[in-house]
Amino acid sequence: MIVLLFLAQTLRIAIPYLFAASGGVISERAGLIGLGLEGYMLGGAFCGAVASYYTGNAWLGLLGAVVGGVLLALLYAVTSIRFRGDQVVIGIAINLFASGATRFFLRLLFHSSANSPRIPGFGVEQTGTGWLAIARNPLIWIGILAVAFMAWLLYRTPFGLRVRAVGEHPAAAMSVGIRVARVRYLAVALSGALAALGGAYLAFDQHQFTAEMSAGRGFIALAATIFGRWDPVRAALACLLFAAAETLQIQLQGAQVIPSQFVEMIPYALTIVALAGVVGRAVPPAALGKVEGL
Amino acid sequence: MSMADATPHSTVPAAVRLTDIHKSFGLVQANRGATLEVARGEIHALVGENGAGKSTLMRVLSGMYTADSGRMEVNGRDVTGWTTADAIDAGVGMVHQHFMLVPTLTVAENVMLGRELTKHGQLDVARAERDVEALSRTTGLAVRPDARVADLSVGEAQRVEILKTLYRGARILILDEPTAVLSPPEIDELWQVLRQMRARGETIVLITHKLDEVMEISDSITVMRHGRTITHMRTADTTPGDIARAMVGRDVQLAKDHVAEERAATPHATDALLDVHDLVVTDARRLTAVDGVSFSIMAGEIFGIAGVEGNGQTELLEALAGLRAARGGTVHIGNAEATDFSVKERGHAGLSHIPEDRHLRGLILDYSVAENLILGQQDRFSRGAQLDHDRIMQNARTQIAEYDIRPADPLLPARALSGGNQQKIVIAREMGRSFQVLLAAQPTRGVDVGAIEFIHARLRRARDAGKAILLVSADLAEILALSDRIAVMYEGKFAAVLPRSEASEEVLGPYMTGAAAEHAA
Repeated sequence: MIVLLFLAQTLRIAIPYLFAASGGVISERAGLIGLGLEGYMLGGAFCGAVASYYTGNAWLGLLGAVVGGVLLALLYAVTSIRFRGDQVVIGIAINLFASGATRFFLRLLFHSSANSPRIPGFGVEQTGTGWLAIARNPLIWIGILAVAFMAWLLYRTPFGLRVRAVGEHPAAAMSVGIRVARVRYLAVALSGALAALGGAYLAFDQHQFTAEMSAGRGFIALAATIFGRWDPVRAALACLLFAAAETLQIQLQGAQVIPSQFVEMIPYALTIVALAGVVGRAVPPAALGKVEGL
Repeated sequence: MSMADATPHSTVPAAVRLTDIHKSFGLVQANRGATLEVARGEIHALVGENGAGKSTLMRVLSGMYTADSGRMEVNGRDVTGWTTADAIDAGVGMVHQHFMLVPTLTVAENVMLGRELTKHGQLDVARAERDVEALSRTTGLAVRPDARVADLSVGEAQRVEILKTLYRGARILILDEPTAVLSPPEIDELWQVLRQMRARGETIVLITHKLDEVMEISDSITVMRHGRTITHMRTADTTPGDIARAMVGRDVQLAKDHVAEERAATPHATDALLDVHDLVVTDARRLTAVDGVSFSIMAGEIFGIAGVEGNGQTELLEALAGLRAARGGTVHIGNAEATDFSVKERGHAGLSHIPEDRHLRGLILDYSVAENLILGQQDRFSRGAQLDHDRIMQNARTQIAEYDIRPADPLLPARALSGGNQQKIVIAREMGRSFQVLLAAQPTRGVDVGAIEFIHARLRRARDAGKAILLVSADLAEILALSDRIAVMYEGKFAAVLPRSEASEEVLGPYMTGAAAEHAA
């Protein structure tokens, strides 16, 4: 019973990470740093909530989330690919922009600085261990499928082969007639769509949008991308690991065994350990963060 | 000799005809009226000094660059301004000097990249591997289709590059400096493959600046200088001297001529100025790159290290220069035990260093020529905490005159100079100060024939003045032309150390590939 409860909660916490980390993997494998994941999630959550509110349909809400995430991602892609801006600076700017814009429109549309009215969503009242709620939430299934889809796309399709080539040696890809910028735009747009679905999951689970509701999950997903060495399945396992740590922290909260801040550090601490090369060497895509020279 | 009467078959359209091609990058005019005509089924050498615009012209032909003006014809068809994909479709393939292979992908994946084979929308890797294997057999370019490119040797990687273009149906193959990274046996193998291709009626354009290669393999030659086509000649009707004259625009003394000029004098003293004992160095991946190397260099001696690049030469030099910590062994400079010396302390002990990559270590490209000429020696050119501008400019003017650095403007950023003149800045700085031991790594890489002659003369003069020089070069002809003793480095060890009188390309070649070392073991 305890174990089932623990696993159910871990999965529920992991779903937004799975979406966003899948997006992080495709973006970074194409050579663009996934620093904007946090912004895509927040933007996706907001656009999803707005679309869901006005249409009264959660599925149309999802469509709205994807549109919002893709638009933010394209803004990032255009500034970094076409105008060759520094990806770290633009990524941070995208996150700040998403934070400001969602607050602005929250006030404009719903006259609130904190949250939206109740929206149609997928969250179901939790009973027992929570597995029923999981089975009834389509976004959980889509989140798990996203990981499988990403692994298939990256390793089994011509597009995936091109993404891997473009992130590793763009000049080589160009020399065989691949349109490098186009592959990158597609990869970043896909990462925006996926991260936005993760954001929508948060809003739909609570049946409302709350200001800053992504709460750093995009960065944890980026940490999982790196900890998973840019592989969709390993990144998903990292998401589950981080989510399990979070669940543990929530369940131990009453016991006060360790301060919760230490548990919150786990994803970042593990990422630093991974980057330092303690558990096998994490070698990022060679062209990550570099657009110049094309 | 004019272009028109050199064209062999006027009835058959030429495989390639480029007319009056212009191409600029910002203010740099890489091609200004370049012309090239290649007959079908010939091996055509495109020669010229570094920066003559050969690679640019061929990138225009392969669709990577679009010419600013000019006309391009392939097999009689006007193809002006086409894209890489168009060029590939029309059977024009280029093997670039820096390999265009994705190291993390397998051979088969690299070969099919951009032309992916699919089954039900998914990559058909198995079929690609079978295709590569079949193509390997017919061409003799042996390589395992499922190997990761990162795990291949340079020679194998080049085979993959050629396979890649052939897989795309290339009938006109352009090779940009293909032998720069190959050992002599690998070069012979490449010539064999190219001759077979010619026998099948395929056309090959070979960019090179090595004249012996031109003489050995090509049917005809186009010489470029300063972005223009200077002349077109039949290989059978010309000599290396003629080609060199056309390349440089004046008479030059070729490195080969020095080989006979064996120095009578023996090294001055018996004192070793550089003594290396059992040196072990690891590379960036923490793998052993230099595996217990020992040698001494006497005053008045040039000690040459030959070998295919990537066999530990870079790490050896970095360890000697103080840029990379040694894992084991000792280094003495003069009488000083210098194993743990910093770069600065090594400089004081009498070490000077011409680094192998002038852009990475030799120069700060955005600094002026004058500033680059005092890099690392700024203490000598300062008064208190301030740089002494007058002395820096005076030094620059002296060095520019002494080393013939062009244009002779001390305030120009180093970036604005040609490769050869950039290298002269490094040479002037490192040889213009007092030193006992000189590490000269690839001192003439990417440098034109005229500057090579000049740099070689400087190295000889330093040797005659009693300096100890360690010469590392990928160019075997250079090693043979300058060295008193020659070591061949293979997989982190010296496979052989020979006096110059016993060394030749034929003798050194097998050591470079490890073939001879295995026999010895």
